[in-house]
Amino acid sequence: MTQFITRRLMLLIPVLLGVVLVTFLIVRLIPGDPCVTMLGERATPAKCEAFLERYGLNDDIFTQFWRYLGNLFTGDLGDSIRFTRPVTTLIAERLPLTMELTLLAMIFSTTVGVLLGVISALKRNTIIDTITMIIANIGVSMPVFWLGLLLAYFFALTLKGTPLALPPSGRFSAGLSPVDLARFWGLENPTGLKAFLVQLMSNTVLVNVIFTGDWKLFWDSLRHLILPAVAVGTIPMSIIARMTRSSLLEVVGLDYIRAARAKGMVERRVISKHAMRNALIPIVTIIGIETGSLLSGAVLTETVFNLPGFGTGLVSAILARDYPVVQGFTLVIAVIFVLVNLIVDISYAYLDPRIRLE
Amino acid sequence: MENTTELSQIVASTRRSPTREALRHLLRHSSGRAGLIILGLLILIAIFAPVIAPYNPTQILRESKRRTPPCIHILGCPADQPEHLFGVDGNTRDLFSRVIFGSRLSLQIGIATMAFAILIGTLIGAVSAYAGGWLDNLLMRIMDVLMAFPSLLLAIAIVSILGTGLINALLAIGIVSIPRFARLVRSTVLTVKDLEFVQASRAMGASGLHILFKRILPNAVTPLIVQGTLGIATAILDAAALSFLGLGAEPPRPEWGLMLGEEKNSIFSAPHLVIFPGIAIMLTVLGFNLLGDGMRDTLDPRLTRAGK
Repeated sequence: MTQFITRRLMLLIPVLLGVVLVTFLIVRLIPGDPCVTMLGERATPAKCEAFLERYGLNDDIFTQFWRYLGNLFTGDLGDSIRFTRPVTTLIAERLPLTMELTLLAMIFSTTVGVLLGVISALKRNTIIDTITMIIANIGVSMPVFWLGLLLAYFFALTLKGTPLALPPSGRFSAGLSPVDLARFWGLENPTGLKAFLVQLMSNTVLVNVIFTGDWKLFWDSLRHLILPAVAVGTIPMSIIARMTRSSLLEVVGLDYIRAARAKGMVERRVISKHAMRNALIPIVTIIGIETGSLLSGAVLTETVFNLPGFGTGLVSAILARDYPVVQGFTLVIAVIFVLVNLIVDISYAYLDPRIRLE
Repeated sequence: MENTTELSQIVASTRRSPTREALRHLLRHSSGRAGLIILGLLILIAIFAPVIAPYNPTQILRESKRRTPPCIHILGCPADQPEHLFGVDGNTRDLFSRVIFGSRLSLQIGIATMAFAILIGTLIGAVSAYAGGWLDNLLMRIMDVLMAFPSLLLAIAIVSILGTGLINALLAIGIVSIPRFARLVRSTVLTVKDLEFVQASRAMGASGLHILFKRILPNAVTPLIVQGTLGIATAILDAAALSFLGLGAEPPRPEWGLMLGEEKNSIFSAPHLVIFPGIAIMLTVLGFNLLGDGMRDTLDPRLTRAGK
């Protein structure tokens, strides 16, 4: 197993380097004068010169790449042109929300998806199976942003005044915001990595609540995230449901399941202990692949629900031509995606010994 | 003697063209059939859009009020009001006409991006498998890196380089779809290239290109069609998403995602402006997904039901 993990980690290096190269090229590939593109109408020759100097765009491309790599290792992703603040600060502000949304969507899609798949497989060729699979087929074809709008309409307007009503926008109700952990711990102006981590933790409600015990904030934030999470999770949920169904049906026909039944084992135990264990392998892979769809979905859904996350940050940075932000955000998302797939691969090997030995 | 005639008749009757045979299988498959029906209707709507749509999709109706809800005469809407099946949008245009014309754009988007991705992907995959060595390694590592990004986000990043606009958005979606076709073609070529029928062709003195195009690549056609059909569904969704975010199609184009993006803030006051374009996207994507699933099950038994 250790050998497998080491090999898998080695394979990660070229991919990560490639990802860094692609994000590096984002700024360099813009057609036309980068200064005019980024500064827009404010560009004067003097300002341009200062700008190119400041962002090191006057040097040759190899020097630039080395500097970019070096800066990455020191945790420097450059400064936002629009906000003249470090990109890392923006990441610490916006990433937690997107991660919470993705996590919640993942929990939703996995539990509901596996449940629907199992029900469908056990009730094969009945009306329940047909209905479940129609839901799954429609779910796969659902435009995430449209579903988000429909959910907002239904839960915020149609159900208004009922206990089931949910807020259609924002991250917290008015007047609520997470406690700044730096102040909570009495840290005076932390810098560097420490500042980044403290800010990241402050903005992650799940972490924040552990330290501050502010459960009101936690429930409020959860209520705001339910609709976006369902919207984001619907496509993966449908895919997981279809995968679980076919994977379980395949396993149920095997001899060892017949043997388990023949020795008089209770059906529920046959399914949960014997069949599901093997059926899980393809499901785990699908969860890994679907992380990409979850991250993309989060970007779209944040726009619908006015959530100040990574997605809305990325889109507004593109529209404002704030390239250092585009670059930094793209890099972070790709790294997260690559790491999730690494975890999936490792758990896959853990579930199926044959993969380790290949 | 009689037996022989019978046999030859049977042989003749079962020997149909492969396309017809495939279509017959597809029609027997429930989701394949549903997909064909949805897409057939969609293509008819796209072809006859000028006949079906009562207005020009970009025409501004000065006499109408903005965001008027649907008015259908046979459902009790007063006859003195102009009929608008899906209502009027925020720029006083007839939404029904816009949704109808949107079908043309959507089909073009899906087919054009996939044609581009399949063409480039096949080229890369074939070169990679055929050349082997460092070139194969290089090309496949590039594909790995492209696949290391969530596809829609990579498309967004590419649009940020190329600039916003429909053509750039399509190019971006096409580029991010290349790796899966490249990998598919590469693996097919690798499996086939050392088989006996290819060796025979080589022994007969056929040129490399002849072997590649006439002997090897036909084996990749079926999986490419299946993956391409499913890819069209994803491409339409992604293109709508980019337009929704304001990075794709520009107003006043009747693009469904753009229609949703323009009216997303009127969901509570004029939900009809959000509901109809969304249904159109969903049905189109559903059609391609169902057809793709049907084709995968009937045409290509080697492909499992894994994933999309």
